[in-house]
Amino acid sequence: MPRSRMVFWIFFAPVIMWLMLLIVLPLCDLLTMSFRGENDYGDMVWTLQNYINFFDEPIYWLTFVRTCLYAVVTTVIVFLLSMPVSFYIAKLARARVQGALMIMLLLPFWVSELVRIYGWMILLRESGVLNFFMLKIGLINKPIEMLYNDATMIMGLVYTSMLFMVVPLVSVMESLDDSLIEAAHDLGAGQWTIWRTIIIPHCKPGITSGSIVVFMLVLGNYLTPNLMGGKNSLWFTEQIYNQFIASFNWNQGSAFGFLLLVLSSLIIWSGLKLTRQKLGEVAS
Amino acid sequence: MIRSLPRSKQYNWSFNCFILLYFVFLFAPLVVTCVLAFNNSDFPSLPWKGFSLDWFLSDGPDRIGLFHDDQNLRSIVTSFQTAFFVSILSVVVGTCASFLFEKEEFRFKGVLYFLMLAPLVIPGVILGISQLLASNTAGMFFDENFGLDFEVFRPSFWLVVLGQFSFITTFVTLVVSARLRKFDHSLEEAALNLGATQLGVIRHITLKFLRPAIIGAGAVAFLMSFENFNTTLFLVGSEPTLPINLYLQVRDGSTPVINAVSLLLIVGTSLLALCNLYFSKKEE
Amino acid sequence: MINDLSITDMVKRFGDFTAVDGVSFDVPAGSFFSILGPSGCGKTTLLRMIAGFEEPTSGDIEIRGGSMLGVPPNKRPVNLVFQHLALFPMMNVAENIAFGLKRRGVDVPTITKKTETILERVGLPGYGTKQINQLSGGQKQRVAIARCLVLEPSVLLLDEPLGALDLKLREQMKVELKKLQAKVGTTFVYITHDQSEALVMSDRVAVMNKGRFEQVGIPQELYGKPATPFVAQFVGDNNKWSGKVVESDLEKVRIETDEGYSFLTKPHGACSCGERADLFLRPEAMLIEPKDRSGLNVFEVSVKSILFDGANSHLLTTTREDNELIVSLPQNHRFDHIEPGDDIAVGWHPDSGICFGAEE
Repeated sequence: MPRSRMVFWIFFAPVIMWLMLLIVLPLCDLLTMSFRGENDYGDMVWTLQNYINFFDEPIYWLTFVRTCLYAVVTTVIVFLLSMPVSFYIAKLARARVQGALMIMLLLPFWVSELVRIYGWMILLRESGVLNFFMLKIGLINKPIEMLYNDATMIMGLVYTSMLFMVVPLVSVMESLDDSLIEAAHDLGAGQWTIWRTIIIPHCKPGITSGSIVVFMLVLGNYLTPNLMGGKNSLWFTEQIYNQFIASFNWNQGSAFGFLLLVLSSLIIWSGLKLTRQKLGEVAS
Repeated sequence: MIRSLPRSKQYNWSFNCFILLYFVFLFAPLVVTCVLAFNNSDFPSLPWKGFSLDWFLSDGPDRIGLFHDDQNLRSIVTSFQTAFFVSILSVVVGTCASFLFEKEEFRFKGVLYFLMLAPLVIPGVILGISQLLASNTAGMFFDENFGLDFEVFRPSFWLVVLGQFSFITTFVTLVVSARLRKFDHSLEEAALNLGATQLGVIRHITLKFLRPAIIGAGAVAFLMSFENFNTTLFLVGSEPTLPINLYLQVRDGSTPVINAVSLLLIVGTSLLALCNLYFSKKEE
Repeated sequence: MINDLSITDMVKRFGDFTAVDGVSFDVPAGSFFSILGPSGCGKTTLLRMIAGFEEPTSGDIEIRGGSMLGVPPNKRPVNLVFQHLALFPMMNVAENIAFGLKRRGVDVPTITKKTETILERVGLPGYGTKQINQLSGGQKQRVAIARCLVLEPSVLLLDEPLGALDLKLREQMKVELKKLQAKVGTTFVYITHDQSEALVMSDRVAVMNKGRFEQVGIPQELYGKPATPFVAQFVGDNNKWSGKVVESDLEKVRIETDEGYSFLTKPHGACSCGERADLFLRPEAMLIEPKDRSGLNVFEVSVKSILFDGANSHLLTTTREDNELIVSLPQNHRFDHIEPGDDIAVGWHPDSGICFGAEE
């Protein structure tokens, strides 16, 4: 049955406006801005200078590589931690507890990231709660600064992005029929074999979508490295922020932004290729 | 291994311990934040100096409680306004988008669908800077060609709304599309057969069917907007939202007022999230 | 008599596939018309074209004399009861029934009155405030029909609406639907693959196969005088023999079956000498151990098993060439002695058989 054109345009118009004006055009602008710069006379010209700066200054590209590596490390840690947690919720917890655990899992993540990071700060800093208790029981005799180092920063990143791995993992694990595990057990498979041959292959779509989201969130995170990593956290988003807000060098900032976009797209694309999935499938 | 299979005591015990530790890890920063909001001390740290509501109610001159702190109160109002407009806009456009992608056939649908998913994989920081650039370009364009000056194109309240709307709409679209896919097509035909017009069918049948999903997506959009930091950071003008305002305070040193705000945030978002969860359960 | 619905040379193609192939028929006002056919025969496509959800490739649809070509479904004076009913789950019974009236802009008091009247008509008085999921299968059925009837359509289309019900309820609804149609006097066009539904309820039945109408007639005609081999096999049970015509005149033909039986029977269409032919014989046409054998075709079969099903019981027998033959077993205690393994004689009157020239 033919649908009327009017109905189509009612749906189409706002969507195309949203995507064109707020996604496509700004990204195009980002790209053109990154190739613009002032020449020696102070005029705006087309130039590759912004990208040359990136490769010339070790601090820039080192930060870039560092951010990328730490994002990968964080994603791996999140995965290793989420797997047993989701397995417990999906397959071990009693049905009644299951719902409550799920809610408890979700709640902290609805609270603003800033509040969560702030909580960690008052826990871990020199005058923080943890130091207070450790002094009290005599574990240490002088407070230690636990903030502002890489390990703490990674812990913070793991904490803030955990949920986006656990939720997809729980939902794929719930879709795994218990009888498959029972059958494997019955046929003589040990725990390790069951994990390797039944559970992990089944969870692959969840692992992919979880990893992509976690990786992207960590890569683009600004708050956690800034507040928990301190002055020398050297996170690439901070470089972007500095160029934009502090140095007011928007062209340089655009180049950095574009590089970050390329990196995240590339890693997500290869992740999808490796697991032979499509973005549409992962999203839904 | 799983519920139905025999497990060793040790396996059970260590797994339960692990989960317990995990939840302690999850809730420790939040609990500490909440508790210290009531500490009768000038710093959000231990030792405990007694219970006090000063950080909520006191009106100076030494301690200014949250309810007398104009700056924080104003940012809360701003955040509410932002979240309100963002959720309305994104629900309207997101619903249009899900109709477009689930019900209509047109050329370049695949390309458009991919674009719709793009905000999922674009880091928020990059969305923020690209929209800052685009709005600046647009502002200059209108200024140079028509001599017009639009408030919207400078970092301001409405730019924040647009920036958040641009990626939150994708989430709304995904939630509403999932529900729309479960819609029985013959209901639409039945309504047409009973004399409804095409728009009447959408209004009386399809939208009614989608209502729970739309309300749920609206609540999620509200929360996402309320706690967004990364995109907002670059677009914010003279009216900071709550997360931005908190960030500025945390960066410059903390007072227990931050704890008080955090407590309100935690309670508020938990209530909204629980309500949402309760209604979506009831719907099933 | 005026026709409520009249279809002329209707064709519908989907790409290379022809779903409906040159169908024409008329439905007189106030009658119950059924279209009977196996699944995939094109009957649903035909119905959807009448309702306006598909455009015919060629041909015309007239409802009460007005052509419906190009008229959108919401403007046609026909209503459809969907296969799975398509009741709106987000509305209660009264809102479902009022839906069409509201779209027409009828005022609220009239809607309330009409809704109550129609609910009474279909035997659900006071059910207006119930939710759809509180209703039983049969009640849902009646609400779906009421929702259409309240709009007083020229023609009510029904797309196998009894298919989802269990057997007992289906039997009951068949009778109820027939009574309801007689009471409201609306023209019904009913499609089904269940021959018993079509035969019990309809004034006239069309048998459809591969996009064409094989035969249109009253139920008795379809059963007693099938026009094609397909109708003979599809409507009711039938035993089939293949053979050759050895003698033929206008009234009777003699067929020699491939197993060597020689039967006298009634011809249908041209069955000339020496040609191959198919003979169809209903289970109840065969008399077990007939007393008066004069004029009957009589032969021996052996009983393989007794298929007891109350009044509908049969004997599964085999001929001497081991072909299966179903014979009705009347439950009047005359044949209680028959047991599997027995050899019995069966006979049938030449008028009960029907013979077609063999299909290619």
